[in-house]
Amino acid sequence: MIVAQIKPLPEIAEGLEPHGKTLIVGCGGCTSICLAGGQPEVDQLCLELEQLFKEKGLNKTFEGYVVERGCDPDFIQELDILAAEFEAFLCVGCGAGAQLIAEQFPEKPVYPGVNTQFLGVNREVGWYEEKCRSCGDCQLAYTGCICPVTRCAKSIFNGPCGGTQREGRCELDAETPCAWVDIFNRLKTQQRVENIERIRQPTAWQNQKQGQLVHEAYRDRYTKKD
Amino acid sequence: MKTPSRLEKLLEAGHFVVTGELGPPKGNNVAAVKKKAALLRGYVDAVNITDNQTAVVRMSSIATAVVAQQQGLEPVMQMVCRDRNRIAMQSDIIGAAALGIPNVLCLSGDHQQFGNQAHSKNVFDIDSIQLVGAMRRLRDENKLLDSDEKLDGPVKMFIGAAANPFAEPFEFRPYRLKKKVEAGADFIQTQCVFDLEIFEQWLSKARDLGLTERCHILAGVIPLKSGRMAKYMAEHVPGVIMPEAIVKRMVDAPKGKGGIEGVKICCELIDALKEMKGLSGVHIMAIEWEKKVPKIVEKANLFPRPAID
Ligand code: SF4
Ligand code: SF4
Repeated sequence: MIVAQIKPLPEIAEGLEPHGKTLIVGCGGCTSICLAGGQPEVDQLCLELEQLFKEKGLNKTFEGYVVERGCDPDFIQELDILAAEFEAFLCVGCGAGAQLIAEQFPEKPVYPGVNTQFLGVNREVGWYEEKCRSCGDCQLAYTGCICPVTRCAKSIFNGPCGGTQREGRCELDAETPCAWVDIFNRLKTQQRVENIERIRQPTAWQNQKQGQLVHEAYRDRYTKKD
Repeated sequence: MKTPSRLEKLLEAGHFVVTGELGPPKGNNVAAVKKKAALLRGYVDAVNITDNQTAVVRMSSIATAVVAQQQGLEPVMQMVCRDRNRIAMQSDIIGAAALGIPNVLCLSGDHQQFGNQAHSKNVFDIDSIQLVGAMRRLRDENKLLDSDEKLDGPVKMFIGAAANPFAEPFEFRPYRLKKKVEAGADFIQTQCVFDLEIFEQWLSKARDLGLTERCHILAGVIPLKSGRMAKYMAEHVPGVIMPEAIVKRMVDAPKGKGGIEGVKICCELIDALKEMKGLSGVHIMAIEWEKKVPKIVEKANLFPRPAID
């Protein structure tokens, strides 16, 4: 999932101050799961922002609405009937969702209510860990399914570097495990260390331009025919 | 010879070489570079010019290398993968070759969090092994990565890389060395050796893999200045292993005499290293203590350096 974290309240308020009635849009997908932009967070933000502005002597109204999936225009369309009442949007879905709302209502300002952090997993309740940087050329097959791009502080493809510390820790600090020690150990368990004995040639980076992808089954639909 | 490098000539002639290290200043103080160069001249066969080591911004390695060369030292220009993408790296290498720099050492580079630009974005477009490969392609095929066009002029550089026998996973380290050799490393400089036993284990595996026949390995040594430095390195410097006995000798040295003991230990280590099969030299890293290098080289019976051009 996409992991996000609510921005500090004063930062949110600074953006919203010039605007009147604001709709806080949550997302029932990723940001709900990581407790940043689901119904409870949206409700709480409404209250906290109203209170914050009240203390500044400003009477502002906030309302909330949670779409099922903020990264899908079909769901964002639900906002059409509500939009007229509001001067601005605060999106607590991820940054992708915020941009989709903005495309839908180009005349209205949309503010991000969260910092979109990374693509990761639940470690425990309320504890998330980054796992993938969407490099577009997945390397996991030869690395024992441990991502060198995300987990190695230098994103190297022929690790480990010379900085690995005692007990297989990364040179960064004594808490961070070295991705490449983990890769080696896992491959050793599976008796396929030879995977990393071969040189990986320079990567053809795929994520240096905005990604666009049309599923093969839909190629015909989106290819212009003369 | 593959390159105009004097270091290559000495190694190919079978000499036990001595390289040193010169850290560029935190500013454009050319006089500081000249001063360090004067201390090392005649005592080392080549000198590594570090590239923003520990991610602290300093005079560039390429500029410092030129100054060192003007002072009569042969530079080994270090290049880290942290700060440049493949465009900048290849361009700087071509530039360095144009300036007559004959050796390069390809490194990953310390993470930027350790330096004075902690909020910077690192690059790591290619890693150190891939950089070695790019260097070999530049030199032997005279081509850039991903391009079949011949360059306008040869890029003849002797290619170095680093190895750390003292970092986990110990078992894999000789194989990583093998990857560097296969990528095209002509010489290897190791992390500083304090633990001879671990080093010999690594070296003997390298011998078994035939690597000592295919590249020249130089063992890194660092003269310790004080008990405090020994303790700090033993406990806090990633990738360093120091036997308790060495720490103890340094800590027990009489007040103010730590440096003498440090030089003594360093010479003892060099003596032991000289006896090891498959080792081609030592790399003395006396950063900010360059003045001790002549003494170490003399005491270790490595002076005078062989004359060759
Ligand atoms: S290699 Fe890592 S960053 Fe790239 S796609 Fe696979 S998991 Fe994601
Ligand atoms: S210590 Fe391991 S994880 Fe850290 S930068 Fe080096 S190879 Fe990557």
